[in-house]
Formats: sequence, structure tokens, C-alpha cells
Amino acid sequence: MSGAKKLGLKQRYAHMTRGLDWETTYQPMDKVFPYDRFEGIKIKDWSAWEDPFRLTMDTYWKFQAEKERKLYAVLDSFAQNNGQTGVSDGRYINVLKLFLTGISPEEYQAHRGFAFAGRHLRGVGPRVAAQMQSLDELRHVQTQIHTISHYNKYFDGLSEFRHMHDRVWYLSVPKSFFDDARTAGPFEFMIAIGFAFEYLLTNLLFVPFMSGAAYNGDMSTVTFGFSAQSDESRHMTLGIEVIKFLLEQHPDNLPIVQKWVDKWFWRGHRVLGLVAMMMDYMLPKKVMSWKEAWEIYFTEAGGSLFTDLARYGLKVPKYADVATAEAEHISHQNWAIFYQYTHAAGFHTWMPDAEHLDWLSAKYPDTFDKYYRPRWELWAKLEKEGKRFYNNALPQLCQCCQIPMGYTEPGDPTTIAFRSSTYKDQKYHFCSDGCKDIFDNEPDKFVQAWLPVHQIFQGNCGGATVPDVLAWYRMNVGADNMDYVGSPDEALWNEWHAEKLRKAV
Amino acid sequence: MTIQIKTLDFEPKRQTFGHVARRLGGDKPATRYQEGTFDIQPTHNFHYKPLWEPDLWQYDVRKTAVVMEDWYKPLDPRQYYYATYNIARANMNQAVDRNFVFVEERGLLTKLSDTGRAGIQRGLLPMRHLHWGANMNMTEICQRGYGTAVTGPCIFSAGDHLGMAQIISRIGLALDGQTGTSLDAAKVVWLQDPAWQGVRQLIEDSFVERDWFQLYVAQTIGINAVLFPLVYRLAEPAWAESVLTVAMLTEFMNDWQAEETRWSDSVVRTVAAESGANRALVSQWAAHWIDRAVVSGRTLSAALLCDEGKAADTAGETARTRARALGLAI
Ligand SMILES: [Fe+2]
Ligand SMILES: [Fe+2]
Ligand SMILES: [Zn+2]
Repeated sequence: MSGAKKLGLKQRYAHMTRGLDWETTYQPMDKVFPYDRFEGIKIKDWSAWEDPFRLTMDTYWKFQAEKERKLYAVLDSFAQNNGQTGVSDGRYINVLKLFLTGISPEEYQAHRGFAFAGRHLRGVGPRVAAQMQSLDELRHVQTQIHTISHYNKYFDGLSEFRHMHDRVWYLSVPKSFFDDARTAGPFEFMIAIGFAFEYLLTNLLFVPFMSGAAYNGDMSTVTFGFSAQSDESRHMTLGIEVIKFLLEQHPDNLPIVQKWVDKWFWRGHRVLGLVAMMMDYMLPKKVMSWKEAWEIYFTEAGGSLFTDLARYGLKVPKYADVATAEAEHISHQNWAIFYQYTHAAGFHTWMPDAEHLDWLSAKYPDTFDKYYRPRWELWAKLEKEGKRFYNNALPQLCQCCQIPMGYTEPGDPTTIAFRSSTYKDQKYHFCSDGCKDIFDNEPDKFVQAWLPVHQIFQGNCGGATVPDVLAWYRMNVGADNMDYVGSPDEALWNEWHAEKLRKAV
Repeated sequence: MTIQIKTLDFEPKRQTFGHVARRLGGDKPATRYQEGTFDIQPTHNFHYKPLWEPDLWQYDVRKTAVVMEDWYKPLDPRQYYYATYNIARANMNQAVDRNFVFVEERGLLTKLSDTGRAGIQRGLLPMRHLHWGANMNMTEICQRGYGTAVTGPCIFSAGDHLGMAQIISRIGLALDGQTGTSLDAAKVVWLQDPAWQGVRQLIEDSFVERDWFQLYVAQTIGINAVLFPLVYRLAEPAWAESVLTVAMLTEFMNDWQAEETRWSDSVVRTVAAESGANRALVSQWAAHWIDRAVVSGRTLSAALLCDEGKAADTAGETARTRARALGLAI
């Protein structure tokens, strides 16, 4: 003890974490950490890592236990009081269907991916932070299942979320996104999920769902969202710390990181198109339009982020301008896809009513009335005449993002965009320049994509007909799919609602 | 007007999710453990082979030599999901905090004899590195294993080991007046003192084990079962007059081990019981890693207790007896 000074908080935390680690001698370090070299990232000094938050396990347990106690108390009382009857409208449940089938399984993938990073990054600081995030992400998938479990007791389209996630055509969009990140090296994973997803784009995912829940009276999902907020702020600080650390460590890292930022921005943007559609079309009570959300959370917040990162030489992601221009269109084009393929969707669709159309016109003054309102009005008319429009042809999918090729040319919303590349004598198709670039950078990876439509044609999805495929999806035809109007969900909702009205007389 | 008050019909359409119902053999109410665990790992139609291991999928049953018809058989008897896990640990940790306050208020670790201090520094504090190694292994099993029934509790266990490494660190800080000098000294012991080199080699060798279930057996049936009781119980005489103090401050470890063993034993028992081939493999792995833990523990116990390694042999015998009770041929 003689002469040694008492430790400050930072040094104390260092003893609690990085002090635990050591350079191995009985096994070579490269064998203990076999995966953190091949990506070409150069780390000169792992000890330069600044711990973004100093959380020891005892504090972690304490905080998280407290949050869980509160969350589950709310979930229990929500179930007891039949809170599901208090949401804005039966249509709202479709938002939860999209969330549980499309997002929650990715929380799981994040959990396993952060365990990978939490074991295989050589630096102990980021490893500890990644392990905590792995724990958090397991929390997220489990609490989401537990929250939505109550809705599953009453509404269709939720029950087979796990089975569907591995099979249904549009769910391969988020699944391939996370499979891509999970199969990348640990540094790319940290940039893809830690930075691009958790930092750059996270507000565009969680604010729409959580505010959507708040506006639509879904108190259980709101509580989950609030409860996850402090986890997310830790994830954000980890994401930003990782990118700064890589850029500070070696100038050779810049081009690699830039390529990843470009890739994961574009891939994230494509996945978020589903959220855009949810915001503009599926929320009975609107929070804001996708275009407004994009302006606030990407153009403004992302803009100042990249100004901050410019000192490392990092540039705004490639095609950010294209993505911003697409914010005028993407929600409408996606809703059009799901409306046409409603027979193969695990949630219900509908045509917007007059009030909703006017809201869209107001929010999208430059595009909605010109390009989309006429189509919606035609489809609504056809519905009335008993000639509801279905598309029975299987669509061509983008080899990269796996979305049906329905997006239009930048600057020309009347022409569908098609791009292609030839690799080893095979032709591959893309929805955009962004997706084509990603493929061209890693063709050996992207030729492997499990493309749902190809798989159907190859006979790997239960059979050749639509009913065969839907059976293979475990889709309960007439309940899980098709329009909201006429669905068992609607019938149940109307029954509850009628009772409520009668009681209120 | 008469109002007919009819209660709303809240009869659920279904009790649980489809995949859970199929496991329960029908649509029955399921627990939160079941809904949060069953089948939540993706299993089919992966898109890309990992850049870092291109011959296997990121979730792939071929990452271990043992074969299960269903990786959701080895369930957790504690039924932990995230909430119950954290609440359990937060409760356990309240006792830890109370014990530290008790010890620190009375200066029980600052007024030690040189023998007591040296004993703890050499015999106990290096354990934080062993826990950190165990944390790496449990994290590896979480990322590399198959099926949430096993991999979920592994990240909990990884968190536990980090927590225990930090409890040991706090003991060191209480010992050295919050300066960290004892921790620095104990790290040198871990890296250089012959007493610990067998243990360090053992854990470093486990780091490169590629078969995740073998790694699970190595960690839980080998390292945990032999070395933790050796240090946390049998080595007590080495703490001299502070036996009780150390016992208080490491109460968490003993409680934890009793609890985690319920889970890890049950996993090993279930996997071994699946087939003759599994039983043979798991038995062979268990025998191998218990033997190695005993050999490394002998040097340690000889150094700490001057017992020529007898304490390690005792711990090894207990570990073997327990392994036999799990159906292993050892
Ligand atoms: Fe999450
Ligand atoms: Fe997150
Ligand atoms: Zn695309």
C-alpha cells in the first residue's frame, strides 16, 4: 500500500475489466482470437479504447432487475385488464405482427452476434461492452415476445412468428440483413449493427414503433419501449465509440470502414422501408410521416453526426441523397406491394379511407396526389365492384435486399428501376445502384442468397401452388392473410367495440 | 331504455404460440420461460456462409460431435429468462454488498497479518483471471452453440463469471486500500508463479477448443467442479486468520455454484442420455477435463496448502462421483 494512491473511478473500472485479461502464452493469441485479423482492420493499441459506460455486473443486475420488475408488473396488469381492447383500432395489431415477425427475431440475432463480438474481439474493453449488449438483446427478444404474447391470445398472424421468420418471402428482407451481419467478421458486425443500426438508424426504427404504440393506446408496448431506452443509449454509445476507435487506430482502416458504412446504410435503408410503410399506412393514429421522420432522424441528426465524423475523413454514406429522395415514395411503393400480395402476407392490408388519403396528400404534397392517390382510388373502386386487385405472378426479387423489384428510378417515379450484374456467367438483378454496389463488392457472398421466389420455383417451399407455399409458411389462410375488412380480427374487434358502445349507452 | 349488460367475451382464441403449443403437445398456457426460450433461434434457410467459418452456417448442429434429435431437450431447471435471471442475481448481490460493508467497516482486510495478506494475494486474487477465462468460454458457447435452451443460460453464466471476477477484484481493493496494488501483484502471480501455471495452461487450452459442447463439459464438469471448490473451500487454511472474512466475501461463489450446477448438470445428463454415442463422447471429455483440472489443481494446492496436491485429488474425486451420477462412465 505504501505510497500508492487510491484509484479514481476510471482506473477502478479498468481493474474490474481490462485488468482481468492477459496475453496468452500456452496458446498463441492468434489461435485464441482467430477471427479479428482477416478483415484487414489494424489495431495498434487496444488499450486506447475508452469505455463508453462503466458498468460493473453488480450494477447491471441491479438496474436491469429493477426495470424488469416494473415492466412485468405493467404487462401483468395489462393482461388482467384486457388492455388489448383499449388500442385505437383493430388494424393497429398489424403493426405488432410486423414487429414480432420481422424485428424481434433480429433482436435474437443481435444477441448471438454480440456474443460473437464479445468473445472474439481481442480488446477486452469492447468485449465486455459487447457481452452486456448480448445480454440486453436477449432481453429485448424475450420481453417483446412476452409483451406481444397477450395479443397473440386474441389476434391472428402472431402465432407462427418464429416459423414464418425463417420462410416467408418478405421476412427474408430483415433476416438476410442480419444473416449478412452475423456472417461478417467481428469488426464489420460492430459497424453494421453497433454503428449503422444502433446509432445511425435506430431512431427510425424504434421511435416509429414506440411512439406508434403510445399514440395508439398500446400501453404494454410503450412500457417495453421506455424500459429498453436506457439499454439503447448504451448501445448507441458503444456504436459511436467503435467507429471512432477504428478510425483513430490506423489510417488504413478508413476505406474499409467507409465501405461498411456505405453498405450498411443502404441495407438499413431498405429494411426501414417496411417501417416507413407501417408509419404511413398501418398506424390508425399517425405519429408523423415517414418523410418527416427521415428529415429529423436522418437528414438532421445524421447530418450533424457525419459533420462530427468528418475529422476522421469519413464521408456521408454513398447514396444518402438517393435514400432521402426515396423518402417521398418508399412507404407508398411498399404498401402497394403488400396490398397486391395480401394473400401471401402475414398481416392484413386495406386501402386508406378518405381522411387517411387527405393526410397523405398533406404530408406528401409533391408526390402523393400525383403518383399514388389515383392508384389507391382505383383499387378502392375495384374493391367496391367486387374486383379487388391481386397480383398472382411471383415477383422478381432484388438479389441484395430481397425486396420485390417495385422501386422506381431516382428522379422518375413512373419507371421501375432495374440494375444487373453478371458474375461467373450468371446474371443477377437489383432494385437500385446501392444494392448493385453491395453485390459487386462481395459477389461470392451475395450469390448465396436464399431468395424466396427462386426457392419456390425450385420446389423448396412446400409445392408449386400458392396454397402449397402458404401451408408451408403455416399461414392460416383467411385469418392471418388478406384484407382487414372481413377478417376474424375485424369481427372480434367490432364485437368488443359494439359491446363497449352498448355499455356506454 | 333497459341496458343489457353483458360482459365482454374475452375467451382467448389460443393460449400460446404455435411452436410452443407443438412442444407442449397442444394449445395450453405456457410459461414465460417456455415462450422466451423455445425455438427462438433461427434454424432454417440461412442466406450466407460465415466469412470466418465458410463450411458451416452461423447456427449449425455440426459444431459439436454430440448429436441431439432436439436441442430443446436440455432445458434449464431454474427456468431462467432474462428477467428472472437478473432479479435472482440482484437479490444475491444484496448480500454481497452487505458483506463488503461489514468487512470494510471493521477493517477486516486492512489489518491482516502478512501471512494472511500474502495467502489471499497469491491464492485467491488470481481467481479473477480464471473467472474471466470462464466468461470467455461461456460467451463462446453462447455464440457457437445450438438452441436457446442451452445458449441463453450460457450468456447468463458469462455474466456471472464477470461478476465473480469483479467480486474478487473488490476483495483485492479492500485488501490494498483501494489502490489496486494487490491486483497488479496477483496478476504477476497468475502469469508467472509456478503454482498457477497449470491452471493457466488449462484455461488457455480450453480457449482453442472448437467443439462447443466439449467446451461446455470442460468448463462446467472439469474446471468449475474441480478448481472452484478447491479454491473457495478446500484452500481456506491459506487465508490464515481471515478464513471467515473470505468465506463471507465469497459466499456468492458458493451459492452460485450450487445453483449453476443444477442447470449444468441437468444439461450434461440430458445430452449424455440421448444416445450411447453421446454418452461415450461426454464421458471421455469429462474424464479428460477432470483429469486435467486435477493435475493443474495439484500444483496449486501443493503451493497453497503444502499438501502435496491432496486437496485437488479430493476435489477431483468429488467431481468424478458427481459426473458418474450424471450417467457418465468414468
Ligand atoms: Fe435490441
Ligand atoms: Fe439495441
Ligand atoms: Zn435491393
